[in-house]
Amino acid sequence: MRISKPVRRAFVAIVALALAFVYVPLLVVLVNAFSTSQALAWPPRSLTLEWWGRAAQNAGAWQAVGTSVVVALCATAIALVLGTLCALALDRFAFFGKEAVNLLIVLPIALPGIVTGIVLNNLFRTGLGLTLGLGTLIVSHATFCIVTIYNNAFARLRRLNGNLVDASADLGADRFTTFRLVTLPQLRSALFAGALLAFGLSFDEIIVTQFTAGPGVTTLPIWIFQNMFRPGQAPIVNVVAVVLVIVSIVPIALAQRLEARAEQR
Amino acid sequence: MTASTTVLAAPPETGVRRASRALDRHPRVGLAALLGLPLGWLVVVYVVSLGFLLITALWQTDSFTNEVRTEWTLDNLARIVTQDLYRAVTVRTLGAALLVTLIDVAIALPVGYAMAKVFGPRARATLVIAFLMPLWASYLVKAYAWRSIFIEGGLLSSLGITPGFGEVATIVTLAYIWLPYVVMPIYAGFERVPDSLVEASSDLGARNLRTFAAVVLPLMYPAIIAGAIFSFSLTLGDYIAVRIVGGSTQFLGTLIYDNVGVAGNVPMAAAVALVPIAVILLFLLAVRRTGALRNL
Repeated sequence: MRISKPVRRAFVAIVALALAFVYVPLLVVLVNAFSTSQALAWPPRSLTLEWWGRAAQNAGAWQAVGTSVVVALCATAIALVLGTLCALALDRFAFFGKEAVNLLIVLPIALPGIVTGIVLNNLFRTGLGLTLGLGTLIVSHATFCIVTIYNNAFARLRRLNGNLVDASADLGADRFTTFRLVTLPQLRSALFAGALLAFGLSFDEIIVTQFTAGPGVTTLPIWIFQNMFRPGQAPIVNVVAVVLVIVSIVPIALAQRLEARAEQR
Repeated sequence: MTASTTVLAAPPETGVRRASRALDRHPRVGLAALLGLPLGWLVVVYVVSLGFLLITALWQTDSFTNEVRTEWTLDNLARIVTQDLYRAVTVRTLGAALLVTLIDVAIALPVGYAMAKVFGPRARATLVIAFLMPLWASYLVKAYAWRSIFIEGGLLSSLGITPGFGEVATIVTLAYIWLPYVVMPIYAGFERVPDSLVEASSDLGARNLRTFAAVVLPLMYPAIIAGAIFSFSLTLGDYIAVRIVGGSTQFLGTLIYDNVGVAGNVPMAAAVALVPIAVILLFLLAVRRTGALRNL
């Protein structure tokens, strides 16, 4: 299709507007993190680094970071095992109900977070009579993280050449040896990318967390949410928000780089 | 000369080898071994608990002790259907979800098309990174960013625009937050449209708009619906962004959250939650044939 100059110019304008729409809110948060003002006043009267120092000494925020990391690591580890098993099963076998299994893996992320939240809250408290805490939180996060591992592993398995597995079997390796020495090394980078995504997803999650963590467990998003409405806390929340943006973008950027590189090969 | 043949020693018989051979003979066992654990997990944690939510919606809460009593009643469901509050909130939430989806598709179509087809390869790569990277920022921070824009004395009021917190702020914020979930499938969909088809169409004399409407768009339906599923479903359940920028606006999500947290009425919360679940399931059922689910 030939694209004429006015049409191209129109697209440039649309893309520029869309880019402004995407960047302006994040820039406002960034600038606010250096503003001397205690409230979210715009434009800032002058800039300061003071809040960064205060934020660095905020014990509550650091504790929340620690909790978030522990939860994300555990949830990712569980999801890695379950997601990889699902991908292997759905790649190797044709069976009745395969579509249903596929839907089941996607469901925790396709249904709104509040549904996942209330469903699990109700199961843990009303159904099993458990007290909400770190354990219930990790189980919940692992459930919606399975899909990212599964998606990455399944896409990679699709592209793999079955000849290597056959050759390994011809040379006398049993299935487990073949998996360890042939399949797993080929899957490794896809699993790593999936794990990064799962970690980012868990680190950022607030709705399911509010429903399944109980009052004693504070993750970083919960900490921000709690402090957002407190008067005078705005400057530190701004700083933590900027840090959270960086923490959530970096693993996803890394994961996409890995996938792009794998596709080129 | 004597011919020398090398005889490979048979590998030692171990439990692992026996297990491996058994799996070769019985693929069903292999499938069960692979799928048992994850499927068991998902069924217990998700299917059983979804069913249990439905049951809970038919129970009631002791208004005195706030304990869930296992006495069957249709009161909760009846309240959702008959009370004006629940009807109004359901209509408002569905309307917002529809509007957010329309806004996001309206942004994602031209931007996705530009990223996939209009510019040269180098500009394209830069654009994809520039556009998609910030979209993956934290959900909470994005809602917070719009709070600092809509707040009194914030960016908008410094420009003389003062809508304040409320429905408008909620819809803009949600459209912003869910944008990546719509842009990604639509961009990927445009990338998959073969250039040869587009060229053939224009060789046959179709103008750009005709080519877009008759060739490109029909190929894009699954991708657009896949994106719409996300923005629609995620808006239906949201209550955090509503809390942050919605002022006193109530959504289905805020009703569910308040019934669990503030009122301690889990059966009522479960009944309200059935509304978005039913809507989403109907939506998924309706679009199943378009192949959109494979684009999720």
